[in-house]
Amino acid sequence: MTLEFLIAALVTVVNVSTPILLAATGELVVEKSGTLNLGVEGMMLLGAIAGFAITYIAGDPQWSDSAPWLATLAPWLGVVAGAVAGMLGAMLFGVLALTLGANQVATGLALVIFGTGVSSLIGAAYVGLALTPFDQIFPDNLAQDPVLKLVFGYSPLVYFAFLMVGAVYWFLNRTRAGLVLRAVGENDVSARSIGYSVIGVRYAALAFGGAMSGIAGAYFSMVITPLWAEGMTAGRGWIALALVVFSGWRPGRLLGGAYFFGVFMTLELYAKASGFSFLPSQFWASMPYLMAIVVLALMSARESGGAEAPACLGKTFMPDA
Amino acid sequence: MRIRFEKRREPSRVMQAVTPVAAVLLTMVIGAIIFQLIGYDGPRAVREIFFTPILAAYKWSDVGRRAAPLILIALGLCMGNRAKVWNIGAEGQYIVGALSGAGVAYFTQGLTGPWIIPLMLLAGLIGGALWAAIPAFLKTRYRVNEILSSLMLVYVALQLLNYLVTGPWKDPNGHNFPQTAPFTPSQMLPKMVFGTPFPPGLFIAFALAFAFWIVMSRSEFGLGVRVVGDAPKAARYAGYNADKMVWHTLLISGAMAGLAGILEASSQSGQLNLGFPSGYGFTAIIVSFLGRLHPLGALLAGIVLAITYVGGQVAQTVVHVPNATAGIFQATMLFLILASDVLVRRRIRIDWGTKAAPQAAPAGAAAK
Repeated sequence: MTLEFLIAALVTVVNVSTPILLAATGELVVEKSGTLNLGVEGMMLLGAIAGFAITYIAGDPQWSDSAPWLATLAPWLGVVAGAVAGMLGAMLFGVLALTLGANQVATGLALVIFGTGVSSLIGAAYVGLALTPFDQIFPDNLAQDPVLKLVFGYSPLVYFAFLMVGAVYWFLNRTRAGLVLRAVGENDVSARSIGYSVIGVRYAALAFGGAMSGIAGAYFSMVITPLWAEGMTAGRGWIALALVVFSGWRPGRLLGGAYFFGVFMTLELYAKASGFSFLPSQFWASMPYLMAIVVLALMSARESGGAEAPACLGKTFMPDA
Repeated sequence: MRIRFEKRREPSRVMQAVTPVAAVLLTMVIGAIIFQLIGYDGPRAVREIFFTPILAAYKWSDVGRRAAPLILIALGLCMGNRAKVWNIGAEGQYIVGALSGAGVAYFTQGLTGPWIIPLMLLAGLIGGALWAAIPAFLKTRYRVNEILSSLMLVYVALQLLNYLVTGPWKDPNGHNFPQTAPFTPSQMLPKMVFGTPFPPGLFIAFALAFAFWIVMSRSEFGLGVRVVGDAPKAARYAGYNADKMVWHTLLISGAMAGLAGILEASSQSGQLNLGFPSGYGFTAIIVSFLGRLHPLGALLAGIVLAITYVGGQVAQTVVHVPNATAGIFQATMLFLILASDVLVRRRIRIDWGTKAAPQAAPAGAAAK
């Protein structure tokens, strides 16, 4: 195994880990506020098609005369569009699960089905088109360097994901608003009785989670492939949900967990080259899902298993008027 | 003026029956508007999706073919969801059930006899149940969330299917297509039975729907499922074992999904290939909720969802809507049925007075 190969593999690990890290960082905040939004996969797909479509439209050469700056801005607009799309999906969830008190598990599933359908409806017009990948922010002498690319050779979204993990850690543990959010997730009745708007806090958390899932989806269609394909997130939204459990609802642990899953997601691509071809490729392709199950079992089986979950996770809060 | 949702002392039975119908009707209205807005003939699309499959007799067979697996899977899910055991991996159990039956077919290729088909169906039941036993074991032993574990296993099942049809079970005479050898006549059920245009699975689904209804409403077991779901604490005091309920509901729903899978394979597709997974396992979740988690409700809801599948294809060719259309209608239906749940448990109160009552809830219940 050469150094070059190792670096290429590590770069791949970072690339495939980033979307689940983004989505899980958002979902962690949502769950900390006491809401279980299982619709991550659906919001990711909404973000993936919105990000792709807006980047494609803004990057169209027809603007090159009237607004030449639009082409440079296009991927950033795409990221914003992805975030907005994910957020809209999350708001739909909020209306049902928070305002109307619908069952959160079922509503989350409905959001997945909805996101899958809407994204393929919009996406039908974009199948087969390609974008310039949004995969580099540092200059070539850093980003294309055979060794330094391990640090500098990524999409801006990779660095954004790192930043957001830190920001969420700081927000939850060092700010008053973060304390309120955790209080709402641990004891909704008490939080309300001292005057906090439980539903308001949960809506805000949902909006953040939706935006992060949307950006995670945009990462698929704008950085990894970069093209649109139906159902392209291929269950990674569910892995992100498992990652939140894996982290024990602690932002710091999301990083390690994401790269742990990233290694298993990369195995399929590198299995042949690394001499693991004695097992069928389908075995390696199912590894991330199998590992997610193993990890869930290990995390849940510990002495403190489940104790870290926010106490009000998934419970409907509807004070009787 | 403020609108409040006031809690009812008992869930409204009237609303329970009326809201699913209202949800379907409202889906048609919303669907027509949305598709009109995005540039299709909206009302025409709704007509093709919801009414053509009913009005055109030659479409009934298609509706029956799709209703059968949806109802079978949803029956198991209704039971699980009643007990608040969330098996969302029925799609995986459906695939593994079909694979287990196809395994029997693989080993009986040169044989004939009336025993082969029952053996295949039994293998399907057991295969589906075993695949669902994994989340049951993980839940009862390690407290692993069954939502995530059952869902992860769908992706594993897809890879397993992919491996078998491209590898060891690949049809040697299949021109290298990823598919199993076609089932022999001894391994096939008729496509339609009793002189009707309907598949055997539909009759099994109807019979089982009534059986599930009796079990759920009349038996000690059915009572246990309902008590554990509605009042877990009371159930514990009353001596119901929640872990046992996890095992029972997951094994039963897994077996039902497995049965649906092998019935589909042995009476319709006649072999397995990469196109076999059809999303029935996920759509059946919608069926169970639209049917209000009641076996007979699931029967009706399964037919409604089957109609949207068939109608979606009609609309595709007639109105040229994209193939995602049926899925969007189905998701809208689920959203609406979940939203309407609030009317079952609560009644809407509108205060016209200028002064809001001081005890009116400030959060959540207030209209946004």
